[in-house]
Amino acid sequence: MGLDFSVVPSFADALLIGVLWTIAITVCAALLSFFGGILFAVIALYAPWFLRLPFRFFAWLFMGTPLLLQLFLIYFGLVELGIDLPAFVAGVIGLGLHFAVYNSELIQTAIVAVDKGQMEAARTLGLSRPQALIRVVIPQAVRDVIPPIGNNMIALLKDSALVSVIGVSELTLSAQLAIGRTYRPFEFYAAAAVLYYIINLGMEAVLRRIERRTQLSR
Amino acid sequence: MTDQTPFVEIRHAQKSYGDLEVLKDISLTVQRGEIVAIIGPSGSGKSTLLRAINDLDPLTGGEILLEGVQVNKTLPHRQYEKHINAMRQQIGMVFQHFNLFPHLNVRDNVTMAPKLLKGISSKEADKLAEEQLNHVGMLERIDYYPSQLSGGQKQRVAIARALAMQPKLMLFDEATSALDPELVEEVNLVMKKLAEEHMTMIIVTHEMDFAASVCDRVLFMDQGVVVEEGPPEKIFKNPDMDRTKEFLRKHLAGSK
Repeated sequence: MGLDFSVVPSFADALLIGVLWTIAITVCAALLSFFGGILFAVIALYAPWFLRLPFRFFAWLFMGTPLLLQLFLIYFGLVELGIDLPAFVAGVIGLGLHFAVYNSELIQTAIVAVDKGQMEAARTLGLSRPQALIRVVIPQAVRDVIPPIGNNMIALLKDSALVSVIGVSELTLSAQLAIGRTYRPFEFYAAAAVLYYIINLGMEAVLRRIERRTQLSR
Repeated sequence: MTDQTPFVEIRHAQKSYGDLEVLKDISLTVQRGEIVAIIGPSGSGKSTLLRAINDLDPLTGGEILLEGVQVNKTLPHRQYEKHINAMRQQIGMVFQHFNLFPHLNVRDNVTMAPKLLKGISSKEADKLAEEQLNHVGMLERIDYYPSQLSGGQKQRVAIARALAMQPKLMLFDEATSALDPELVEEVNLVMKKLAEEHMTMIIVTHEMDFAASVCDRVLFMDQGVVVEEGPPEKIFKNPDMDRTKEFLRKHLAGSK
């Protein structure tokens, strides 16, 4: 039997919708993981113990267990507690928090590495400690970790395929549905792979642009 | 505040790190408009004393007063923060390593604190930045980032940033020590200009020529004490103390 890619174009619409959902979930989860990562880093470094300790546990949970399990827990598990999230929202929260924990580790290291003179200069002008952190220290820390955070975001895009298991009709699930109708797994998985790769290229271009724009501010 | 209240008063300043006493009972007053240089070998405590004035390096004993108001008050954390932030707005400081904010351009370096702390509008802030940068001769670099400036230019922007808060007192912590020799003069010129405008300044410096030409009074510190103080002519030409003589001899020999 031979491969027949001619079946792929007839599912172009479904795959394109899958691409849009993949982009939507990746962008939403990336934003959550970015701002969540900053918030978690601040908690880990500066919050009082009664916030810091639960956070340590939470971080350990997200780093030490499979993302797939976390998605099941958020989507199916929380229903038992009366929290019935739409699949898309559950997917964004699961992916977003998972990568927020990884981003937070990067940002924590970078905050500690910002030159002490920066905090001193800001405090000398009369800024409070929180103001100095928000205006001076954290922006520099975040700027310093844009490349590794970018790597995390690419991993996030690829891991977004996992949300297909909770029924978000993103690219992987769209491909699977097409395969169910045509029994052409190679063709559609290959098509999906190419589409992921193209999204990836787009994302890398955006990241490079952000990196270039922060070049002067070093 | 009465006329007798000194502008800046340091009373029995003492600081130790464990067993190491870096400031030993230093008392000092500075009048409004006075320019005081603090000289001395490294490790003499001169930077520590300067950094105690705005409580960046808190004293372990003694008091710092600005216009009769104690700067290093002991207060509950929140009240202390509010108090010290208000005091620091009145005390400008310039650092050896400039400490410009690298993620902000020159304009935003100058306007960030006034915008945030004095609630001035962007338009007023722009005007303020232009004035202050013009004052230090850096107006044409207003849209540059610190990474695009030379050391001397960075320090001039750092001075403009401090001045933008309209401080009553300026502290200079070896402002030209990190500069290449050919860049020192442009920063000295800005400081001289401030001196002519009667800004009250306390200057920790290694540059004896500059101290001699600009300052009203020179303090020589060694091992945590003020060994000798007086007008620059006296300290540099005819010091009383042997330690001062020895320091000046070594220093002048080293700098030639």
